[in-house]
Amino acid sequence: MLRLLLRGAAGSARKNGGRGPVAHLQPLRQYSSSQSSGAAKVVAASLLTVGGGIGGTVLYAQWDHKFRATVEKNVPYSDSVFGLILGPAPQNAGPPVRTQLESTQPQSMLEKRAKTSKVQSEKKVKGTTETEAIEPTPTVSVPAASMEEASVEATQIISASGDVPSVPAPCDTEPTVVTEHCDECHPAGPEAVLHGADSPTEQLVERPAEEVSARLAQQDQDEQNVLAAVSSSLEESLACSARAALQAIGAQEAALQAINQHTQKLKEAMEAESPPEEKSVQWKDLEAALMDRTSAVTDATAALQKANEALDSLRTTIRNSKDLKVAAARPLVLAAEENLHKMAVDLDRVVAQVQSAEAESKIVSQYSDLVQEAKLQFQKEVSSLTPEIQANWKGLTGKLSSDDLNALIAHAHRRIDQLNRELAEQRVREQIHIDAALQQQKLEDQRVLENAVSSSLQHVKEEARLEQERKMNELREVMEAEMRTQLRRQAAAHTDHVRDVLKVQEQELRAEAEQVLSSKLLDQETRHRQLTQEQLDNFTLDMNAAYARLKGVEEAIDSHLVAEDEARRAHQLWLSVEALNHTLKTAGAEEPSVPLDSAAQIVRDSCREDDFASALAEALPAESLSRGVYGEASLRARFNSLRSLVRRVALIDESHNSLYQYFLSYLQAALLFEDQQVAPPTQLSSEDLDPFKLLSYASYCLEHGELELAAKLVNQLKGEARRVVEDWLTEARLTLETRQVVSLLSAYANAVGLGTTQAP
Amino acid sequence: MSERELGRKLDRCLADGVIKLGTGLGLGIVFSVLFFKRHTWPISLGSGAGLGMAYSNCQNDLRSHYLLHRNQKVER
Repeated sequence: MLRLLLRGAAGSARKNGGRGPVAHLQPLRQYSSSQSSGAAKVVAASLLTVGGGIGGTVLYAQWDHKFRATVEKNVPYSDSVFGLILGPAPQNAGPPVRTQLESTQPQSMLEKRAKTSKVQSEKKVKGTTETEAIEPTPTVSVPAASMEEASVEATQIISASGDVPSVPAPCDTEPTVVTEHCDECHPAGPEAVLHGADSPTEQLVERPAEEVSARLAQQDQDEQNVLAAVSSSLEESLACSARAALQAIGAQEAALQAINQHTQKLKEAMEAESPPEEKSVQWKDLEAALMDRTSAVTDATAALQKANEALDSLRTTIRNSKDLKVAAARPLVLAAEENLHKMAVDLDRVVAQVQSAEAESKIVSQYSDLVQEAKLQFQKEVSSLTPEIQANWKGLTGKLSSDDLNALIAHAHRRIDQLNRELAEQRVREQIHIDAALQQQKLEDQRVLENAVSSSLQHVKEEARLEQERKMNELREVMEAEMRTQLRRQAAAHTDHVRDVLKVQEQELRAEAEQVLSSKLLDQETRHRQLTQEQLDNFTLDMNAAYARLKGVEEAIDSHLVAEDEARRAHQLWLSVEALNHTLKTAGAEEPSVPLDSAAQIVRDSCREDDFASALAEALPAESLSRGVYGEASLRARFNSLRSLVRRVALIDESHNSLYQYFLSYLQAALLFEDQQVAPPTQLSSEDLDPFKLLSYASYCLEHGELELAAKLVNQLKGEARRVVEDWLTEARLTLETRQVVSLLSAYANAVGLGTTQAP
Repeated sequence: MSERELGRKLDRCLADGVIKLGTGLGLGIVFSVLFFKRHTWPISLGSGAGLGMAYSNCQNDLRSHYLLHRNQKVER
């Protein structure tokens, strides 16, 4: 447009300029400047317009990249101009602005995907570091992550369809899902870590079952040992203490007996009013009894001491065994305690008896002393008073039984009555003494009562304790039994479970073992098979090699035979072919040769195996076989005679064959002269096909012995000339064929002979 | 021998011509004597016819190779 304007302006300027000098010469000078200035104005205006346009385009392209791209696309070389002026275009200029947001969104999504994948990898790393208990959680996280990825892909697809505002929504949900999952992971993580940490420590602390069982067995063993020891010790001490107790009881009883006896004796001695000899015997007896009693008492005390010691020892052993806290020993301990208690009770009883006896004896002795005192006093009194009561007094001292005592007391009362009157002071003194004695007795009774009470209390306490212990033992046993049943039930359940697990394990192990076995067997089998195969292969190779060699040798021999046979045959063939060749030469001047049949038969016979030779032998024309072939000389002679005839019918052919034509051809033959023999050219042209020329060529060839070429030349004759020459041509062909075959055969025989001939 | 064929044909032609000429001449003479008051034209007619027939025969014989005969046509 601008250029057009420019041109138009230039044209108009030219026009104006052109018209100017034509129309107005004078004002031209004025106008010329104005014209030139007008042109300059136009030029300047156009330049300004162009410059302004370009500058505006450049500025706008700098501001709007899309416009720049459009311009670059549409206007060639504008991209270089823009590059020079503005610098290279920014990257975003390539894709359209529509998809800019989408490109950024997918990028952000990709970033988020990278983040999630990183988180997943972290999780996976955590999972691998944790123990197997945590494996389920990473596998759970992986499908969740794949689902997340699928959702991301879906969102990408949705966004790619061009709906920009909908894109941020899935992106927003994604991080929350991720964080949720992370949160889920994190609590599981520390737990897992803890669990992981605990399990090793537990595993460190927890002893294996064998050790526990061993320890339990050891414990049982120890318990048994301890039990045995305890029981043995208890038994020992029990026996010892029983012995001692029995001994003590026996001794005590003996002492009791002795005391009673002594007391009895004393009483008797006190009571009895026996003659003085008996009295002295009685007193001796008494003394003896006293001695016995003292000895018995000492024995008893010693025995009691021993028994007490034994009982103490038993008690200590019982305490020790109690301290050992062995459950099985409790009944033993209890029994021992009971025995101890019984023994103690018996001992105490006996001791109480002895003490009571002693008290009695003491009473009695006291009484006897009193009585003795009284008696002495009485005696003193009596002696002081009268000597006749001494007889009563003697009778008094012998008896010590209760009746005697009562009698004595009655006597004493009587005496008191008797003496009451006399000595009220003595009675008062006796009353005081009796009071004192009663008090003493009361005290002693109280003491004894206290002892008895205390001992019985102790016994009762002991019995209660024993009862309690027995009850406790029973309860314990019951509980033990119950616990045992529960444990048994648990053990049964455990055994069932263990049996099931064992069964499963057994199956698994069996399958594994079978697999291993089968694989091993397979390996062995394959190895064995490989070895056998290798052996077989080697053997086969050797056999093949030997066989091949044998075959080679055989073949060499056969080939030798064959070669010799072939040589013979070749020789024969050569001979027969030579014979055939010779028969050809038997052609006479005017007759054909001998029929080649016999020679050909010989040739056929000699070359029965040779396909080529037999084919050649078959290829001999039948006429030659039956009739023989003409020689070249005869053919030549015949041709010479033919020549004139051919000359005469040279003009006759299919179209020209009336008698008049015959006359004309005869005339031509008479008038035309040609050379007798002319060498034929290497290439026949159309003018060489004239019969006369052909005849001269053929004569030349025949004279030079080229029957083949002559026949070819003669073959070019046409029409009646051809008809005339037909027979000669056939004969010539026959001869040529036969000669060719024979020459081939002889060449072949020569070649074969050469081939089969072995150099010496 | 094919080269003798022509000789044979020509021999035949000649013989045939002689015969036909002779026969025509004779018949002409006869007719001229008998029927046509010893004019010469039957003689010349007869001899001419005879010669003409002989010529035609000879020509046909010489042409016979180049003409397809009915039996050959039937064969084809």
